[in-house]
Amino acid sequence: MTRSSPASSGPWTPRIVAFFCNWCTYTAADLAGVSRMKHASNARIIRLMCSGRVDPQFVIDALTKGADGVLIGGCHPNDCHYAEGNYKCLRRFQMLKRMVADLGIEPDRLRLEWISAAEGEKVKRVVNEMTETLTALGPLGIPEKFHEWDREMEHFAQRVAAQEAASGASGCAEHAPQPRTPEPAHA
Amino acid sequence: MKPIVPKKHEPVRIGFYVCHCGTNIAGMVDVAAVAKYVATLPNVAVSRHYKYMCSDPGQELIQQDIRENRLNRIVVEACSPLLHERTFRKAAEAAGLNPFQVQMVNTREHNSWVHTDRTEATRKAMALARAAIDRVPHHKALEVKKVAINPNVLIVGGGIAGIHAALTLARAGKMVYLVEREATIGGHMAKFDKTYPTLDCAMCVLSPKMASAGSHENIHLWSYSEVSKVDGYVGNFQVTVRRKPRYIIEDLCTGCQECVDACVYREPKFADEFNLGLGKRKPVFLPFPQAIPPVTMIDPEVCLNFKRGKNPDGSHTVSDKCKKTCVEACGDRKAIDFRQTDEFKNITVGTIIMATGFKIFDAKRTPFYGYGIYPNVYNALEVERLINASGPTEGDLILRNGQRPKKVAIVHCVGSRDENTNRWCSRVCCLYSLKLAHLIKEHTDAEVYNFYIDMRTPGKGMEEFYNRIAEEGMHLIRGKVADVYPDLDDGQTGRLVVQAEDTLTNKILKIPVDMVVLGVGLEPHPDAENLRRMFNLSCSAEGWFLERHCKLAPVDTFTDGIFLAGCCQGPKDIPDSVAQAGAAAAEAMALIDKGHIEQEPNTAYILADECSGCKSCIPLCPYTAISFDETREKALINEALCKGCGTCVASCPSGSIVQNLFEDEEIFSEIRGVLAPVPA
Repeated sequence: MTRSSPASSGPWTPRIVAFFCNWCTYTAADLAGVSRMKHASNARIIRLMCSGRVDPQFVIDALTKGADGVLIGGCHPNDCHYAEGNYKCLRRFQMLKRMVADLGIEPDRLRLEWISAAEGEKVKRVVNEMTETLTALGPLGIPEKFHEWDREMEHFAQRVAAQEAASGASGCAEHAPQPRTPEPAHA
Repeated sequence: MKPIVPKKHEPVRIGFYVCHCGTNIAGMVDVAAVAKYVATLPNVAVSRHYKYMCSDPGQELIQQDIRENRLNRIVVEACSPLLHERTFRKAAEAAGLNPFQVQMVNTREHNSWVHTDRTEATRKAMALARAAIDRVPHHKALEVKKVAINPNVLIVGGGIAGIHAALTLARAGKMVYLVEREATIGGHMAKFDKTYPTLDCAMCVLSPKMASAGSHENIHLWSYSEVSKVDGYVGNFQVTVRRKPRYIIEDLCTGCQECVDACVYREPKFADEFNLGLGKRKPVFLPFPQAIPPVTMIDPEVCLNFKRGKNPDGSHTVSDKCKKTCVEACGDRKAIDFRQTDEFKNITVGTIIMATGFKIFDAKRTPFYGYGIYPNVYNALEVERLINASGPTEGDLILRNGQRPKKVAIVHCVGSRDENTNRWCSRVCCLYSLKLAHLIKEHTDAEVYNFYIDMRTPGKGMEEFYNRIAEEGMHLIRGKVADVYPDLDDGQTGRLVVQAEDTLTNKILKIPVDMVVLGVGLEPHPDAENLRRMFNLSCSAEGWFLERHCKLAPVDTFTDGIFLAGCCQGPKDIPDSVAQAGAAAAEAMALIDKGHIEQEPNTAYILADECSGCKSCIPLCPYTAISFDETREKALINEALCKGCGTCVASCPSGSIVQNLFEDEEIFSEIRGVLAPVPA
């Protein structure tokens, strides 16, 4: 599979999946639009009712499907339309940052921002900043890595199979591990 | 129209429509290319682009396609769903489709309006469309929840906006709770002398309205009270109102003011708040003669029958050291109660109107104008009181030194249109400054100099008013005042020099005057931030309450059932405040008279078969909508309490909570969609 970036014809630019809460940040992005605040076109906004709805799986899923970064936008502390969804989001976000670091992904690829409905300017700034950060970090390319890992696994399996075939005559055939075709890592 | 009943396993047939929005979208996005691309995607039966999707022919196009092409999903790529989602849902519903089979793609606010590269914007439009096309097959037919609405209305703030909204609703037979922080309703308007452009007296127009608000059978007027807690949601808000002690029993006081006459203080001695400290009052006082409710109050800070100073909780302790001549004078009316304390009232209302007004700019923040330094510098509101017939000088415009000014400078834009203070134009200052110029000239025959940056007189009759005042022989000088300083040639009278550059003649002017009037701007109330939190509203960057949409929903807020009226939303004059109050009342009435509220069916539910009974969702719900069924060992969501935030859904380790309209599968397909490759 070839790498699909939004500018596969031109130079690479990052892809950001943004989860914005309906009441503050999504409305702020609307305000940025109404105010014609020009900013980088790299973010793809997905509307949720609350930042508390952001399942960590959404973030991981976005990265594995080819996003170079994930932005989460919610109401400012104490201003959540649902009282405290943004705090729940913050807790998960802290966990996610540590988790992706353990997975070898730069934590700066994830960003959580509190943007109120009046802060169109902040949407512009954050999207621009994040585009810059991700451009500096370069492509994440998890889908490509999956393919690479799949190839490595296949190669490894073949080697094991070959070794076993070679030693099969002398060793105990019953206890030899069965050569298997590995499952794709991203399945 | 009869609803289309979907057959089992009916294949998904999507109709896709990308809107040009004139050139708003089509100018930056190649809509034809988007429509062509989407036509190649799975399940898409129809893919079109059209000039204005929200127009009647645009909606008709969708409806015709639903009927003729048996569409069962609709994707409209146009503006923000917050603007037109309802429009397209209704259109689909009218053609027999369940309204929740519609998905909107925001390609105007989030794309064409904010990007500059046509290729990139077109690719983004395709990616966003792809997400919706992938999402809609997971959509389900849902039903709108209907919840009964409480017909009572809470109005916060008893200025002209709050009063007008209250009377409008009361006349329509709705029960209104009008809560005012001060001891009397009337707000800023009650302090004005005349009003522009007609120069009719403010109190002559206002006091009949105040009186009817005070006596209307459908209005509970709670003055000297503040909202202390708000819970619930549209149709069913639980509100706690704190009624502060005025030490006079409102129902027993007749407003005769015999207590005031009988007070041991023979002469008024304490700064009178209503007259901005320019006059004096006694410890027991009526805020002003036409106060509504016409009930006196006692200031425990200065009344001899109270111990000095507040207790830590803000209350005051009775000392009983005074002769209590006021109690004697009140006699068997027994209206004075020194032991009154805070009283908390719990009410339930269906809708709320915020009419909390503004505060004037504190001119001390612009020290070069000398306010608070030189006694002859006044702010405009103080001058309103000085020229008001019921003011501290009974309408005689005399300075603090007892003299009548012969030359007066009026400075416009004080605190407004300035990066160092407030950036906005306060809209009313030019006109009230012209009005004050006229009134000062009328009262004293003084020479009046108006210093303005730009003369802003929009509105009906306002330019004519400006011409009228200009013809009265005012000096209108286009130039911002740089400095106000004492006239050194004149040590005694407190005369000041106003220095400004006349930008029309390029001359530096130094004009000696006896009085400087500062045309101070309007600011959000310092408490607006607290109120915003309490009522769950949004504020603009300046601190004004934010309306839902500046053009299409100017009195709505982002919290359903709460509306805005008057200056709490932004600076405006009396006619506009009244118009907005009427609009807010009408919006509240539209909700009440419908009898029920239609709620977005975005609530969550539990898949009981998959719930492991781990209880991790239960403490997460801020509305305690999740309970635990001990017999079945499963969590249970009360749909009536669920507000649809989805926090529990995201937390469920077994994925057994589903949020309608935002199901996991729907979000995952959106993620897949926005990241899918699009043609170059």
